[in-house]
Amino acid sequence: MSPTPEPHVVGRRTPRIDGEDKLTGRADYTVDHRLEGMLHGYPVPASIAHGTLESLTLDAARAMPGVVDILHHGHFPDLHRSPNSMRQGDAVSEVRLPFEDDRIHYHGQYIALVVAETLEQARAAAFRVEARYHREAGVVTGLATGDDEGEAVRHYTRGEPELAFGLAPVILDRTYTMAPESHVPLEPHATLAEWREPDRRLVVHESTQGVFYQRNALARIFDLPIERVEVISHYIGSGFGNKLFMWPHAVATAAAARLLGRPVRTVLPRQLDMMTTGHRPASRQRIRLGAERDGSLVSIQHDSLTATSMVDRYIDACGGATPSAYACDSVAVHQRLQRVHHGTPCPMRAPGEASGLFALESAIDELAVALDMDPLALRLKNYADQDPRSGLPWSSKHLDRCLEGAAERFGWATRDPGIGAMRDGDEIIGQGMAAATWFAGRQPCAARVTLRADGSVLAACGTQDIGTGTYTIVAQTVAELTGVPMARIEVRLGDTELPAGPLSGGSMTTASTLPAVAAATRDALAALKAEATRAGGDFAGLDPASLAVEAGALVADGRRADFAEILARLGRSDVTGEGSAAPGDERREYSFRSFGAHFVEVRWDPGISRLRVARVVSHIDIGRAINPVAARNQVEGAIVMGLGMALLEGLVHDPRDARLVNANLADYRIPVHADVPEIDVELLDYPDYRFNEFGARGVGEIGLTGVAPAIANAVYHATGRRLRDLPITVEKLLAPD
Amino acid sequence: MRPFAFARADSVERALECRRGEPTGAFVAGGTTLLDLVKLDVMRPARVIDINALPLKDVERLHDDRLRIGALVTNTDLAYHPDVLADHPLLSQAILAGASSQVRNMATVGGNLMQRTRCPYFRDPTAACNKREPGSGCDALTGVNRMHAVLGGSDRCVAVHPSDMCVALAAIGATLSLQGPNGEREVDVADFHRLPGATPHLEHELGDELIVAVTLAPPLKPLGAAYVKLRDRASYEFALASAGAMLSLDEDLIGEQRLPLGGVATKPWRCHAAEALLAGKRADTAAFEEAADLALADAAPLAHNAFKIPLARQAIVRALRDAARAHREDDT
Repeated sequence: MSPTPEPHVVGRRTPRIDGEDKLTGRADYTVDHRLEGMLHGYPVPASIAHGTLESLTLDAARAMPGVVDILHHGHFPDLHRSPNSMRQGDAVSEVRLPFEDDRIHYHGQYIALVVAETLEQARAAAFRVEARYHREAGVVTGLATGDDEGEAVRHYTRGEPELAFGLAPVILDRTYTMAPESHVPLEPHATLAEWREPDRRLVVHESTQGVFYQRNALARIFDLPIERVEVISHYIGSGFGNKLFMWPHAVATAAAARLLGRPVRTVLPRQLDMMTTGHRPASRQRIRLGAERDGSLVSIQHDSLTATSMVDRYIDACGGATPSAYACDSVAVHQRLQRVHHGTPCPMRAPGEASGLFALESAIDELAVALDMDPLALRLKNYADQDPRSGLPWSSKHLDRCLEGAAERFGWATRDPGIGAMRDGDEIIGQGMAAATWFAGRQPCAARVTLRADGSVLAACGTQDIGTGTYTIVAQTVAELTGVPMARIEVRLGDTELPAGPLSGGSMTTASTLPAVAAATRDALAALKAEATRAGGDFAGLDPASLAVEAGALVADGRRADFAEILARLGRSDVTGEGSAAPGDERREYSFRSFGAHFVEVRWDPGISRLRVARVVSHIDIGRAINPVAARNQVEGAIVMGLGMALLEGLVHDPRDARLVNANLADYRIPVHADVPEIDVELLDYPDYRFNEFGARGVGEIGLTGVAPAIANAVYHATGRRLRDLPITVEKLLAPD
Repeated sequence: MRPFAFARADSVERALECRRGEPTGAFVAGGTTLLDLVKLDVMRPARVIDINALPLKDVERLHDDRLRIGALVTNTDLAYHPDVLADHPLLSQAILAGASSQVRNMATVGGNLMQRTRCPYFRDPTAACNKREPGSGCDALTGVNRMHAVLGGSDRCVAVHPSDMCVALAAIGATLSLQGPNGEREVDVADFHRLPGATPHLEHELGDELIVAVTLAPPLKPLGAAYVKLRDRASYEFALASAGAMLSLDEDLIGEQRLPLGGVATKPWRCHAAEALLAGKRADTAAFEEAADLALADAAPLAHNAFKIPLARQAIVRALRDAARAHREDDT
């Protein structure tokens, strides 16, 4: 039986190859792993945000059934802080080690880890741990309002932005603020740590977006050679950035496993997940725009202040996209950082730029109103034909097509620009739009591909599938190059024992991984050709270069032999190819970014102050979509997340003591199905071959950028209220201007 | 969650017996409140008695046209019961405005009456809360109180009663049958939930008893009903303000009227004065607004929830308008 040929598998709508495993529960998430003799960890959170831990009373907790040990400051091994270097690949989310000292820096910081025979026993005992604190005055929970608050951390200038602003005939000076947001991955953070005999290798299952970073950091922290640490993450229930780098629960769990000589698993309850594993930090952004009366931008100044914790320095670079967004000779971006007594923030989907574009794209809309110009026309007026930041041409930019195509599909031309001019019964219709953008990046990656004698193929790479569909696109790549049917391709990911792959972050996985998989596939095919042409092979004596690959077979001189036949004839069980890929010098010639446009309709019922998003039309240019169904799903999900950012989501800290009061799924509101409107996504198909051989720039973050300002702009159109503080909740709509 | 003893009861008598002598004992039906709070260490029952096997799952029509609803009837079954849809549309609407379908499939009528507040300080065992720990203080009064009550609060507690179903029951009128060791007694639903006053930990009239049934007052007919629930997101969300309205019109004049509120008060709230004002008035916006102002005349805002007053006003006006419309449509 000859295999079905698979022409052009790349770019075809392809069901996820792991879909059935996920649907039936065979997909092994971290919490699905149980080991013989496994114990359960449950962290005890601090109930204050600022002070010292004076004492712990543990007698009652220790006496609880099943309790094996309680780790805490004073009863915890001496470990080493990770150097926390991106370059060395050992970055962590929070460099402070758990239980390092008696200082409390945020509500929820772990003060102990209870380890017991069952999860329920560990949790029950955790509630019996009694802590005495010394609370200190001076808790900081909000962002300061002055322009010079915090520490200056980043700076970019071109031209003479202040001078140009001073001379501009039309100016705008506005401040935009955003509440901190929680990632809310469906699967909470979880660690299963085992010090495996005979050589006490540390083997960790973790729900992580970066197995290699965690391996390297664990090696530094526990002072082990990296060969003695393995981190595994076969499946993760999303992360959105808060699983990029390791958090203290993993360190505490690995330490407990070593101390007790048994595997330990810790699964964070939702409350602790929201308190201790990062968030998008609060931001306050001032945008100053100067323009000519025809709309030409002459000055953009973007000043941002974002929060970080007392124990780490996470910079949410709000102005990242601003220098490249519009054709404008004078641009300044300043970023400042302020410490607050909250948990440590971290990247969250489209980090920095999602917040930054809320401010910038709201301001552009405000400028359009000030100029009495259509906001779409204003954006086209200032269209950047090349990257104004680098001066280089874009590798492939079709924002104009996105703007015009989405406008047409949405029906923008029929919009009445008058405030509240469009009505439907009790409701006023508001329509707004904004542009989207996200940088295109690549990371080094290695892969291994094995052609097996049974006709199947194994592709392996250490990078992980965070739910976005990496398993499937790796298989598509192999199918494309070998002609072997998808069903015969096995993909292994998410293990540091496999060839090194990148973090799953920054929308870089596709562009990083597929070229390496392709290289490994070609290497395997070359190995097969070499085998087939040697003595005793199907094509003995032929030049390997004369062999063609066709539907899982090699072909030459009108003869064909399946991969399986070739290997069987030679008595080989398989041939293996290795490959790697890394960014080249293409960045010296081109700038790489994805762009898009969102058009949003909101419904505002002023009689009951009810605001809902009614429909979203988005056209996004991500280069080539390897698997259009998965890519579209990424954009749709991001739009839902943007809806939450605009209208619902915000972590709330008690202003008196910085305690987080809404760390649960009822009080921290993410959109539910009833909030999700009709979403119409078009992925433009302009392969970006300057970026990589597949023409893919990646997808994930881009869909989120621009959604919140498009909604806020639609809210203005409906209500006449310019709301510059997210989320736009009902009290803000009801408050007098 | 702390360890607790667990028993299954197959009769009301057996359930009461299991509970006897155990003041922290708790009955569990759907578990949609209890299990959450036990896991948060907010409720610490020494004994949990599963009452799901009790024969309290019927809805029957009594000879005087009243509906007697077993305490274990699920919220979903009640909302879609043909007699409820036909005679008590406000009850159906209110139930379906609450929680999610998954929660409604589990939650029971008795459990809904007994559900606890969503106050974040009540749900955090390390915070001060007079309801959870009498005398410990109230962190909500000076803390984050966006979701809290503007009606019926005290200087000890401003926690909102979260139920939608109970708002409809307040309007319709109902009698609760409570069975205890010494037999059964009846309590008017209006008297069941208490205002917090100086004792916010005493939330209701239930003693060493089990709610076995809720008997609705005879239906008002003809009737227009509307439940307007205003909230941050479109579903699976507690009310910022909700208003129920039941109206009968004679020509355009208001005859029967009921106006309960949810999401703004410490117990299911009935606006008697506003109802009295509506009686005999023409059913128009001016009357609805006047009633709304009267209903909220005593509302007392906290630092973060002043918006609830204009929002509740809007909910009232819209509910009354829609109830009047429903009545007129029914009439034609």
